[in-house]
Amino acid sequence: MSARDEMIARIRATQTAAPPPAHIPAYRTHMQANRETLVQHFIERLADYHVSVLRARGDGEIGEVASRQLATRNIASLVIPSDMPASWRPTTPAPREDTGLSLQDLDAAAGAMTGCLLAIAETGTIVLDSGPGQGRRALTLLPDYHLCVVRESAIVGIMPEAIAALHPHVLRGAPITFFSGPSATADIELDRVEGVHGPRTLDVLLVA
Amino acid sequence: MRVSLFITCFNDTLFPQTGQATVTVLERLGHEVDFRPEQTCCGQMHSNSGYPREALTLVRRFVETYRDAPMIVVPSTSCTSTIRAQYPRLAAGDSALLAELDTIIPRVHEFTEFLTRVLEVEDVGAYYPHRVTYHASCNALRALKLGGAPRALLGAVRGMEFVDLADIEQCCGFGGTFAVKNAEVSTAMLTDKMRAVLATGAEVVTAGDNSCLMHIAGGLSRLQAGVRAMHIAEILACV
Amino acid sequence: MKTFPEIAHTELRDTQLRRNIRKATTTIRARTARVTAELPDWEQLRDAGQAIKQATLRDLDKHLLQLEERVTAAGGSVHWARDAEEAREIIIGITRRHGATRAIKIKSMTTDEIDLNPAMHAAGIEPIETDLADMIVQLMDDTPSHILVPAIHRNRAEIQALFEDKFGQGKLTDKPTDLTAAARLYLREKFLNTPVAISGANVAIAETGSVCVVESEGNGRMCLTLPRVLISLMGIEKVLPRFEDLQVFLQLLPRSSTGERMNPYTSLWSGVREADGPQEFHLVLLDNGRTKIMADEAARETLHCIRCSRCLNVCPVYERTGGHAYDSMYQGPIGAILTPQLRGYEKAGSLPFASTLCGACYEVCPVKINIPRILIHLRAGATDARRAAHAIDPETVAMKAALWMFASQSRLGAAQALGRIAQRAIAHDGLISRLPGPLSGWTDTRDFPALPAQSFRAWWHNRAHPK
Ligand code: SF4
Repeated sequence: MSARDEMIARIRATQTAAPPPAHIPAYRTHMQANRETLVQHFIERLADYHVSVLRARGDGEIGEVASRQLATRNIASLVIPSDMPASWRPTTPAPREDTGLSLQDLDAAAGAMTGCLLAIAETGTIVLDSGPGQGRRALTLLPDYHLCVVRESAIVGIMPEAIAALHPHVLRGAPITFFSGPSATADIELDRVEGVHGPRTLDVLLVA
Repeated sequence: MRVSLFITCFNDTLFPQTGQATVTVLERLGHEVDFRPEQTCCGQMHSNSGYPREALTLVRRFVETYRDAPMIVVPSTSCTSTIRAQYPRLAAGDSALLAELDTIIPRVHEFTEFLTRVLEVEDVGAYYPHRVTYHASCNALRALKLGGAPRALLGAVRGMEFVDLADIEQCCGFGGTFAVKNAEVSTAMLTDKMRAVLATGAEVVTAGDNSCLMHIAGGLSRLQAGVRAMHIAEILACV
Repeated sequence: MKTFPEIAHTELRDTQLRRNIRKATTTIRARTARVTAELPDWEQLRDAGQAIKQATLRDLDKHLLQLEERVTAAGGSVHWARDAEEAREIIIGITRRHGATRAIKIKSMTTDEIDLNPAMHAAGIEPIETDLADMIVQLMDDTPSHILVPAIHRNRAEIQALFEDKFGQGKLTDKPTDLTAAARLYLREKFLNTPVAISGANVAIAETGSVCVVESEGNGRMCLTLPRVLISLMGIEKVLPRFEDLQVFLQLLPRSSTGERMNPYTSLWSGVREADGPQEFHLVLLDNGRTKIMADEAARETLHCIRCSRCLNVCPVYERTGGHAYDSMYQGPIGAILTPQLRGYEKAGSLPFASTLCGACYEVCPVKINIPRILIHLRAGATDARRAAHAIDPETVAMKAALWMFASQSRLGAAQALGRIAQRAIAHDGLISRLPGPLSGWTDTRDFPALPAQSFRAWWHNRAHPK
């Protein structure tokens, strides 16, 4: 018997009677809050993670706000997804499109700038699905700095809302990354160190 | 009300004063106490130590003893929770026994639970002019979920100075045969519990379970710490 | 094979370890308490988590077959492993096929369970742990002492010396930020130049064929994204039926585990994705005793565990002994029930007794596993195994004698009277300070009360029948 058949047989041997229909107790599926509150909540959570928040009143301002922040952060080289809209692109430093850059090239870049699919207010989480304006996973992983553009309209309240929104994307095979603040460890004497692997600094650009 | 006392083998043998105090309080509140000599042990030790078949013999004995008792009061949190949580599991497969347990278990109450939830009294007319702290046994806290009931009873005792025990949710390290099989870990836990007791400056440490108290008192006595352990019934019996 | 009390004897003497573990557990305890209390539906989420796990196990065959179908459709391969050996062979075989001499690893208790690392070394493949603490433990040739903070028993000076010795980056300071930065630099080279990664899985979703890894440091994302080949090993009980189920566990896990509202990084992928991440994906489904646990109705909820380690952090026994005393990668209360079921009572029969049954674990477990109930169930199994192995088992003799006494009120009364006579030699001022035989464990540190002049039943009898 193959391992597969044997494991399935072992499992079936434990099934005695027909199982009663599963009853899953109810829990919250959304947060009762208006847009303004959601945005406020999200910003507070980001502050907990020591993430800086920049604001833009519309798409037209993104490039300009980004340029200023990149200068403040001294980001000398920037990679972006190749499908990033023109109005988002900063002028300095001149961004380099990821049209199949090598991992070494990505690793050598000082920063990456991308959009995201959605964000979760309750936990200050940003979600990527390698969709439009986000690039592939390595792009937001190797550079030490990440500037992430989040539309206020993309902020949901709690995890179940995010999961509902992600469902069609996952069915299409999209890889998903949730990130909540920068990476962290407390492995040495429980002292919390922010920024281990992946970008050690994260800035969020909120677009109204 | 006619109340049957399940004294428990442990109290019967080692702490008769707890049983006497329980009788005193119940009679003072105007109830008639009945003691059935057929009673022995609830089976906790056998059940918790890996001897469920032996424990089942004692489950049957308990059922036979108290089948017709309208109300059963137990001055022990761990024995009460054995009856409540473990009896149905020990009896699994014996539907007649399970059916009897279904009718008996709702009539079984831990002593402080009986006072506060069944009789709904907090002031039992006690007077005890000493500094006292209270150890919430794990069974009182988690299995029986007695919450603030014992604390409320002590709060109504006249003349008493009550001091809260730090880290009240922490186990004292008794755990039945654990105290012998894992004596060193048990002692490490007890050490912290004693430290907390001593920090209160109390003369007396009380609880609803003499097994925890025997453990704590056994350690304190070795230190010659001068702190006494008394079952809560014994304090409530004082006037 | 050392027993729990034997190892605990040594561990209890390690004061540094006890201080560290206490600091770790009290810190995490406070954090988890805070972030779980702030969710208005925390209890409902726990109930939902428990219900989902229960229902999933009932139809586990169906969900695993669906998972296999969806992962395969998404370009991945699924392998089935009946036991540890089979799982090791599959993983090493794939790694060999790619000619790899090393593989990067993400913290995974399941790979520890199958003893993967020694087998890889033996096969000429270097397994590189990339989780900071696991890396420290691995480089020191040590074993983890905590599920979440495996190097909690090591201090910064030891880690500084280790990194200076192994990294070739010259002198370092003992500041955790600097040590972490040194590890980042050291591992970056490994992440970029290793063809194979090996991970565990926190969850897999049958409906979408997705696997999910929850982590903090970003080494997980590195391993899941950069190498050409990814191999994930998961216990069969980790599958969830629907994508929607994930929302319950992504709330329960981080809050119970590290006490965060959400952990820094969570990755989810389905098979392979062109030009994005590994181009070959293997999912290995492991039984290794899990179906045996499922068959034991009274213990099967052991498999609901999501490895959050919250039970460890509230356990008073674990807080004193640390993880090594459990002699297993599964430690604390969950280890005390899982290890004996995976390894058998001959090897781990002392673990179900390593608890006072205080119930602190059950009170906080995010999926409400009744650990004390399972401990009691396993104690019966361990006792039966011991009785079967020995013609005369002294404890059984004592328990039988106690039962014989309790089975009759007159025998109990007679025993009480007899005890009063017998104790004359050892009782002084109402106390016994030295008990004989195995009971001496008690009186080494505690007095025992002497039998009183009169039992309660004697007092009652005299009261009812005054002379
Ligand atoms: S038994 Fe419960 S508390 Fe312990 S690790 Fe598993 S899920 Fe967490």
